[in-house]
Amino acid sequence: MEIEFRNINKTFGTVRANIGIHFSIPAGTIQGILGENGAGKSTLMKILSGYILPDSGEIYLDGELAKIENPADAIRYGIGMLHQDPLDFPPMKALDNFMIGKPGSLFPARREAERAFLELRDQFGFTVDPNSYVDSMTVGERQQLEILRLLWLGVRVFILDEPTTGISAQQKEKLFLTLRRLADNGNTVVFVSHKLEDVEALCDRVVVLRRGELAGQMTPPYDTDRLIEMMFGKVIKLDERLPCSATDQLVLRLQNVAIDDYRLQIRNVNLEVRCGEVIGLAGMEGSGQELLLRACAGLVRTVGGRVIVNGKDLTGKDTHSFMRHGVTFMPASRLEEGLIPGLSINEHFILTGEQKGVFIKRDKAKSYSQNKISEYSIRGFPESRVEALSGGNQQRTLLALLKEELSLILLEHPTRGLDIESTIYIWSKLKERCAKGAAILFISPDLEEILQYSDRVIVFFSGRVSPPLDATLTNVDQLGQLIGGKGWEEIFEKEQVGVSNAAQ
Amino acid sequence: MENEVILIGLAGVLASAAPVIFATIGETFAERSGVVNLSVNGTMLLTAMAGFVAAVLTKSVVVGFLVGLIVGALVALLVAFSSITLKLSQVAVGYVLTMTCRDLAYFLGNPYVGIEGVRINVVPIPVLSDIPILGTLLFKQDVMTYLSFILIVVAYVWIFKTRPGMMLQGVGERPAAAHNRGANVNRLRYIYTVLGGALVGISGPMYSLSVKAGWQGTISGLDGIGWIVLAITIFGAWNPLRAAFGAYLFALLQWLGLVLQPVLTGIPSQVLQAAPFPLMILTLLFVNIGDAEWVDRVLAQLPEGTRRAIVRIFRALRSQPPAALGTPFERQ
Ligand SMILES: Nc1ncnc2c1ncn2[C@@H]1O[C@H](COP(=O)(O)OP(=O)(O)OP(=O)(O)O)[C@@H](O)[C@H]1O
Ligand SMILES: [Mg+2]
Repeated sequence: MEIEFRNINKTFGTVRANIGIHFSIPAGTIQGILGENGAGKSTLMKILSGYILPDSGEIYLDGELAKIENPADAIRYGIGMLHQDPLDFPPMKALDNFMIGKPGSLFPARREAERAFLELRDQFGFTVDPNSYVDSMTVGERQQLEILRLLWLGVRVFILDEPTTGISAQQKEKLFLTLRRLADNGNTVVFVSHKLEDVEALCDRVVVLRRGELAGQMTPPYDTDRLIEMMFGKVIKLDERLPCSATDQLVLRLQNVAIDDYRLQIRNVNLEVRCGEVIGLAGMEGSGQELLLRACAGLVRTVGGRVIVNGKDLTGKDTHSFMRHGVTFMPASRLEEGLIPGLSINEHFILTGEQKGVFIKRDKAKSYSQNKISEYSIRGFPESRVEALSGGNQQRTLLALLKEELSLILLEHPTRGLDIESTIYIWSKLKERCAKGAAILFISPDLEEILQYSDRVIVFFSGRVSPPLDATLTNVDQLGQLIGGKGWEEIFEKEQVGVSNAAQ
Repeated sequence: MENEVILIGLAGVLASAAPVIFATIGETFAERSGVVNLSVNGTMLLTAMAGFVAAVLTKSVVVGFLVGLIVGALVALLVAFSSITLKLSQVAVGYVLTMTCRDLAYFLGNPYVGIEGVRINVVPIPVLSDIPILGTLLFKQDVMTYLSFILIVVAYVWIFKTRPGMMLQGVGERPAAAHNRGANVNRLRYIYTVLGGALVGISGPMYSLSVKAGWQGTISGLDGIGWIVLAITIFGAWNPLRAAFGAYLFALLQWLGLVLQPVLTGIPSQVLQAAPFPLMILTLLFVNIGDAEWVDRVLAQLPEGTRRAIVRIFRALRSQPPAALGTPFERQ
């Protein structure tokens, strides 16, 4: 289906999210939409999928004016969207999620739906279990679930808003194959991302949005520097490695830690983390890294071993004790665990409590929030509600909320959904924390990010935990092998050598 | 002989639970869609009075029930309008309405206090009512009690087995996602709130035309049941089967209070009559005990097998409200 946007405008209060957007997408292509955080990509896609209404402008499908007033209309036209934060029903089963919204008879045929689910799942090599509950699934699995649902609905225009931010390299490869196949069958795919390499690898054409306006279009061969310039209005160079600021003082010590989950077991984790150090946790989603990270925050109970923070044994204590000892945790699902929808940025700063006493000094809080907003260049106002912020700006807000005095920062996907400029910026902020003595443990599906920013790397494979690897001595290939479960004997041998070296 | 008496008593429990079931399932529908209708207690009193009066004036119980249904639906429409369209606080509006409806019931019903009324009759079902035990228990009831049995099953099947019912779950859970799947969230909320109100509205005349036939004004003994309905909705985990179980439990406790009165002479009769209320609240406290942090900590010290078993029981007991209960939905 050919899609044409004609002069789309949308404002939210004073923010002009889309300004006179005008371009068309030919049928059977993969169209990339690039743009920095808050550029208006999601807004435009939500308009196309009927989720929100534009202030003005029209959408033409195959040359005819389309009347898309709600998502039901869009689905009838064959347009479906995977939202940046998957719009699903967490306490329900995957299969229920799959079925809700599919038109049909009064009594839906569960068995048939399950068959269709499994068929599509196997066809695209996904791993979601139809009978698992969504709240126990990873972001990647939730995305897969939504994609399966759209496929089952018979959608012909697939809009994917940042689908690669929460998934592993392998999953990404599968996803790209899937999208390619969809396009080859005459479907139209609209792929929203900040990741230039993803867009360049996948898309037949690209448009760039900048501050709500169409900044330019490009077809292959892509000129990366030119794209970056269109996105940010200036040229940006990737950082070189930032220096390691590790000292000798220990922040975190794990001794023979064991964790049980209903799907995997982790045994005998030993780790010493020093002040100023950054440790990257690599692994496919659900390999155990999330559990270990949460155990370090007191959010997951360990079943064996000891967790020692700043010399204090906190084994079995609740998360507040961990917080009191300077540990903080930032989850991947920002709107569910990290931020409170309905509250403004200002109220978030008030809640995280730089102020003392019973009464809130709103004016003081507001100037504080204002400072933070400009410090972290959040596109929003102190009064903006967090759910109204663009995905990337929500992430910045989360980071801005981190307390000043911290000794251990645990991050799940710290730059998920952030554009390059923000990623570099956020990491420079985090490294500043390290220089002040904080240690960082972070999970990222992006191996490049792990290599770029960590001092040591720990790899997870279905509950197995590697010894810490020196980030300067390993590379993407080795990490890729390890995440896939290959090459493990070798590192354990090396580890033996390493230990005996250290002993000398 | 003794057995026969107990059996008839239990059949009475099923009948006296019927209005509680109607009201609880009505509230369950509204809350499943995300709207708390706090006016239940007042609505039940008002419709008990209105239904009674209508039935007396027209000499038709059918009209009595219809009036109850319409009044209940109208009160719910007020709740829906003020919370969905005007985005006022559902709790505040519901509470004010419950008070207003109660006072209206006592005030408008005053001239009719104590007058001779009409009531619905027991209709034994041929053949089935001759089955030993079950016949007396289930098939020698009035029409509304039979309907309450059917309602339990229909409501359960609707919410959990049908397409619109699954969407209903979605609307209460995460309206944005339901909207994304093509649901008209606010329209559905209107529909289910009004439908729920209609069911609550039927429960009022079920008292005044059957279970406690007549209208006695402030001493009708109905005040307070509406609050228990709200508690049973939670106890029932927004599931009609569990809700029905809660309603039967409540009715059983009330009945026990009556029959034990001659036996337990040491306890004042008021205590026995009032006991079902706190007991229901206590059960309510118990259902979510598994979520408590300290329970978690205690459990962690138990041996693996025992822990697993207890955790499973707690999980089954657990009652999680629809996540979007009480929050308005607005699309941009
Ligand atoms: N519901 C809303 N209410 C108010 N402002 C909004 C709302 N949704 C988006 N905005 C604002 O509109 C602008 C564009 O947001 P949008 O989500 O489209 O950005 P984006 O390009 O998808 O960014 P990101 O890459 O960070 O996801 C942002 O400044 C955002 O704060
Ligand atoms: Mg976005």
